[in-house]
Amino acid sequence: MSQPSISKSMTSGESGLAVVFAVTAFLCVIASAKALDAPFAFHAALSAAASLAAVFCIINRYLDRPAALPPAEINGRPNYNMGPIKFSSVMAMFWGIAGFLVGLIIASQLAWPALNLDLPWTSFGRLRPLHTSAVIFAFGGNVLIATSFYVVQKSCRVRLAGDLAPWFVVVGYNFFILIAGTGYLLGVTQSKEYAEPEWYADLWLTIVWVTYLLVFLATIIKRKEPHIFVANWFYLAFIVTIAVLHLGNNPALPVSVFGSKSYVAWGGIQDAMFQWWYGHNAVGFFLTAGFLAIMYYFIPKRAERPIYSYRLSIIHFWALIFLYIWAGPHHLHYTALPDWTQTLGMTFSIMLWMPSWGGMINGLMTLSGAWDKLRTDPVLRMLVVSVAFYGMSTFEGPMMSIKVVNSLSHYTDWTIGHVHSGALGWVGFVSFGALYCMVPWIWNRKGLYSLKLVNWHFWIATLGIVLYISAMWVSGILQGLMWRAYTSLGFLEYSFIETVEAMHPFYIIRAAGGGLFLIGALIMAYNLWMTVRVGEQEVQMPVALQPAE
Amino acid sequence: MSFWTRHQIFEKNSIILVVGILLVIAIGGLVEITPLFYLKSTIEAVDGIRPYTPLELAGRNVYIREGCYLCHSQMIRPLRDEVERYGHFSLAAESMYDHPFQWGSKRTGPDLARVGAKYSDDWHVTHLTNPRAIVPQSVMPGYPFLRESEVDTDTIADHMRTLRTVGVPYTDDQIANAGADMKAQADPDNAGSDAFTKRYAKAVVRNFDGKAGTPTEMDALIAYLQMLGTLVDFKIYNEKANLR
Repeated sequence: MSQPSISKSMTSGESGLAVVFAVTAFLCVIASAKALDAPFAFHAALSAAASLAAVFCIINRYLDRPAALPPAEINGRPNYNMGPIKFSSVMAMFWGIAGFLVGLIIASQLAWPALNLDLPWTSFGRLRPLHTSAVIFAFGGNVLIATSFYVVQKSCRVRLAGDLAPWFVVVGYNFFILIAGTGYLLGVTQSKEYAEPEWYADLWLTIVWVTYLLVFLATIIKRKEPHIFVANWFYLAFIVTIAVLHLGNNPALPVSVFGSKSYVAWGGIQDAMFQWWYGHNAVGFFLTAGFLAIMYYFIPKRAERPIYSYRLSIIHFWALIFLYIWAGPHHLHYTALPDWTQTLGMTFSIMLWMPSWGGMINGLMTLSGAWDKLRTDPVLRMLVVSVAFYGMSTFEGPMMSIKVVNSLSHYTDWTIGHVHSGALGWVGFVSFGALYCMVPWIWNRKGLYSLKLVNWHFWIATLGIVLYISAMWVSGILQGLMWRAYTSLGFLEYSFIETVEAMHPFYIIRAAGGGLFLIGALIMAYNLWMTVRVGEQEVQMPVALQPAE
Repeated sequence: MSFWTRHQIFEKNSIILVVGILLVIAIGGLVEITPLFYLKSTIEAVDGIRPYTPLELAGRNVYIREGCYLCHSQMIRPLRDEVERYGHFSLAAESMYDHPFQWGSKRTGPDLARVGAKYSDDWHVTHLTNPRAIVPQSVMPGYPFLRESEVDTDTIADHMRTLRTVGVPYTDDQIANAGADMKAQADPDNAGSDAFTKRYAKAVVRNFDGKAGTPTEMDALIAYLQMLGTLVDFKIYNEKANLR
């Protein structure tokens, strides 16, 4: 394309961001020098290095690029921005494998405690947040950012808003993961489950997340389609609500601006309620709404069928986001939280079953007339099985939120099993399916390197999930029953340690299941790598043959 | 105009959609959380609750740092077996100064809400150093390094000041003597022990880890564990007094 002879200059975004990062680098060097504790010094130094690298990348990119920024359209067709999506997809696969591996390690530690090595940074208490954050926020988060940037461009038929902003979002988010993850190993945590990162990581995430919202929203605002596509409603609800939850749960006062330790503003009961309002809706909006958006785009696309019912998706959307927010107190049944709050939480958790299954039906019935594809397309099979797992865990969840059931299940491995049927079966499989679809699309490949390997991945991972969740059902219910067992003389039948001992075989089975799931992910990484490396280039289709969006 | 046509306003205006989402998700949180800040019945009136001593606070921070809350709850439910196994069910007041709360969500190990004074200090030192030396079937990690690292007596006052800002009623006296109190609690021969016990009701002064010199993280953690659940005297606690 011939360039008009305009003089090349930095955009205000480029120069502004370069200056901001240069100043940040300077401030971080000072913070590192004045740090009160070693982890803070390390994180400040890491941030200084990252800021300098950012300045270098911005200037380097400026020097390499042509005078004009990439056009929004080429020959009347949107010039989609795929770079940040590729980056996030690669990071998703990387963090996924890292997270599954740490999961396997901590599962093995529970079976064989010598694996804790009696060192601070390898003990269960520090690795467990690393596992949960790596799979939820690093793997899941990168999948959500990658797919949302893809879906919003395709369904709005415009190029992603912003030039540096999308890169800032994907790189900045992964830098947050790095700070959070290394922090856990060094003992930096505020001990709020799934919100462990300390105040400075939280502040950084806030900046990145607001930018994410702005990029996403600005892309929707300049859309070429009159309607906002269903998937984008769910992505939007996910982004907006996670911002609200993050801000509500995390206000904390640092002991010193040069130290990692802070104290949360909330205490006792109020903190417990804020935490599980956050915690349950991290499930509801991060692990559900965001991935439902994936379901609403990728299943119709892959099955080449329209969404089963548009009206059902409207009801599904509003009912789901309204009801989910109330469900938090079911994590606090029979605690010191007032009864009225517990009962309210239980009631809404049970009601939540309906929109959840409405969504499941909408996803599954999208296959009407295309069910035969399950035999031939393992990627579609993965997507559909993920929705089936979604249905299963969204039935189990409301059941476990009933107070009498919860009196047995709470504090046991049943909860862990329930979480993993959702996490491995639903979130894992729908993410795998989406990546299997999207990687050939964004790298312009005709198809995957090997469908046979997808098939292997599917069956190995499914077997892994079945081992995992059935082991946890048995161990959880067994544990709950043993805790409350009485002898005929009216004494408690088992000491606590006897219930720990009884878990041993199930912990081994669970670790085996997790190992299979990890093997599946390694197969997937190889398959995607080969798709990008040796996959056949897709020939650019003329406009007339372009599939309808 | 049908409902489905009306809905188009959300489908065609991104800002209206965002506002709609915000309104819909705000309701549940507002209804469930805000009353907890002003309903008097939320936290019962009870005698004996005090903020943590400086040493206990440092121990609590070790407890948080090592992720103990991931396997140990601190919340006894009012169920027959739990009350018999662990003691009186937990009161809201017992965690009112906890920033953040440590109720936990999983019992890979037993509940610790009332572990205080159940075992000797020696038992805790041995158990924390190598759990399987004392409980062969245990799956708990060992924490031998706690006995080797000393607690920071210089900055603890800053921690208490921060906690006071977020609502924990530390007095000026307690903050001014924080570092000295930390040493005094772990050393029965310390001249400041009497003044310390006056500042913190029911606080126990002992050399928790059996080692002379500056208190270690082992001292701090055991001091914290030994006070858990001991502040309320349930012989005189009258639960009827809180019925409203």
